[in-house]
Amino acid sequence: MSLELLVAAAIALLASCGVYLVLRARTFPVVLGLSLLSYAVNLFIFVMGRLAEDVPPILDKASATYADPLPQALVLTAIVIGFGMTGFLVELAVRARDETGTDHVDGVEPGDVAKPDARPRTDEESGD
Amino acid sequence: MIAAHLPVIPVVLPALAGALLLLVSGNIRPRRAIGLVATTTFLAVAILLVLRVIEAGPIVYALGEWPAPFGIVLVADRLAALMLVVLGIVALCAVVYARAGWDTHGRYFHAFFQFQLMGIAGAFLTGDLFNLFVFFEVLLIASYCLLLHGLGAERLRAAVHYVVLNLVGSALFLIAASLLYAVTGTLNMAHLAVRVGQLAPADQPLAASAGLILLVVFLLKAASFPLHFWLPGAYVAAAAPVAALFAIMTKVGVYSIVRVFGVIFGADAGALAQLASPWLLPLAIGTMIAGVLGALASRRLAEMVAYLTVSSVGTVLVALVPVTEAALSGALFYMVHSTFTVAALFLIAELLGARRGPAGDELVPAPRMARPLVLGLLFVIGAASIVGLPPFSGFLGKLMILQGTRASPAAPWIWASILGVGFLMLVGVARGGAVIFWSNAPGAPGIESGHASAGTLLPAIALALAGIAMAVFAAPIKAYTDATAAEIVHPHRYVEAVLGPAGGPGADMLKTLPGVNER
Repeated sequence: MSLELLVAAAIALLASCGVYLVLRARTFPVVLGLSLLSYAVNLFIFVMGRLAEDVPPILDKASATYADPLPQALVLTAIVIGFGMTGFLVELAVRARDETGTDHVDGVEPGDVAKPDARPRTDEESGD
Repeated sequence: MIAAHLPVIPVVLPALAGALLLLVSGNIRPRRAIGLVATTTFLAVAILLVLRVIEAGPIVYALGEWPAPFGIVLVADRLAALMLVVLGIVALCAVVYARAGWDTHGRYFHAFFQFQLMGIAGAFLTGDLFNLFVFFEVLLIASYCLLLHGLGAERLRAAVHYVVLNLVGSALFLIAASLLYAVTGTLNMAHLAVRVGQLAPADQPLAASAGLILLVVFLLKAASFPLHFWLPGAYVAAAAPVAALFAIMTKVGVYSIVRVFGVIFGADAGALAQLASPWLLPLAIGTMIAGVLGALASRRLAEMVAYLTVSSVGTVLVALVPVTEAALSGALFYMVHSTFTVAALFLIAELLGARRGPAGDELVPAPRMARPLVLGLLFVIGAASIVGLPPFSGFLGKLMILQGTRASPAAPWIWASILGVGFLMLVGVARGGAVIFWSNAPGAPGIESGHASAGTLLPAIALALAGIAMAVFAAPIKAYTDATAAEIVHPHRYVEAVLGPAGGPGADMLKTLPGVNER
């Protein structure tokens, strides 16, 4: 029971910190928040295979039971995807900071109006 | 030989084409050719799949020959095949449109385009809940890159919102999928359908909460009220061919709702059957109203089209509330129609904007545009169709939805919202059209830019014609959507196709394993 409580509390802490940070107005805390949220989710997936001690991870005739390997495979997939997405988001946040001049998630400092050239550049205007 | 692998081709073909496109550098021409050939072949395969499915029923493709529920299966049933054809048509038009210039802005446009196709096709075909998550991520990462195509401050601003929201959505999806796995011990949708129906009463609330979290994720993808605020920003910022392709992205959310709440929480789910219906009614009506109010308040034509997309999603969702064959058939018909029409309108909005000089597609008076006839006709067809005026496809779709929901206890709500919102839509597009075409500021006629060449008009005309063809060939299409709706309302056909009749060998084997979940 205590192990369950410990893991559940860890997930709750990670998730609540993650949600708090995701709701911040600057991109950096949002990135951190999403990372924490994905840690919480990854732990959650892992635990959904149930917590079992001292059991083999694959079916073994000698053992009466086994630890469910599927959530471990799922969590691996989720970690890989989450890592890629976080990397992309970091790059996007840096790029947005460069182009808009602010790290606010709306791309505008509170109180400022969006720049007049906010309309997306048309085909002719943009060239890269 | 190839025929046996037909269901996997819509996933493998864009993946290979996309990988190849990453390698081809230099001149744009080979990339254009590969993109066009791959997309055309994709459409041809999708049409073949429809013909096969009509003939032989759902086709189940076990990847690596691992039988369900152990391996991942792809299931091409009527619904998936229909969505693939719609995707193929929209993608072909978008890729032809992009050849006029948008695809020269970044080296990887065509590669991302193919990866986007791969993700969407995989989401339509997969029969596994976790695999659906993976394909969602594939289509999302491609859509992030496509949304950013052309860069600029507004695209980056819209992309930050879009990416963060979808990452939160992905986290919710994972929570829901693993929760469902924890109570049922499976992720195969057909197997989930069996297991959810057999759940102990103590486990039912957990499965129900997992289902409703999934509903939140899909409603976010579908841009349903109150989760629709990301859509106008993202779709307006996107380049027109990308926005046209994105017209099908909201439908991925709607498709997932139909699939998950048709199969897993469908008619055979016992106490959890029709889990989503009570939630969908107010949300769908809210979506329709939020969409049309946004369309009325829009300052740009593309923004108006984006809000009309939101409203059309609401119309489809409201038809999912009474789970009857007639209403579902109407929902599917309307969904196909609205995808074509919205995609056409996004292209038309950019073409119009390109001819109005510095005003662009903003709804302000501008100098008279040169040769407005063809674009004007296209706009009228698209606008009349999305509003639902006869004789266009939108009218038929709404009529089918109205007829199909007549017997439902929610009918007064559904009828009042569809008819009222239709009227407000008419006011909105009439205002937009009047400003764009008739409210002229003094000045020289806008110059025609390279955008409005024949190569860009053709896809817009094709999409508008696809909508008209839906009205002309409404009878065979309705016969198809009727049969599709029958498949959705009777999910045991899907389950039997995947697991074999009365619990296949896989289902028997599972019972003998002393898993942790069974303790």
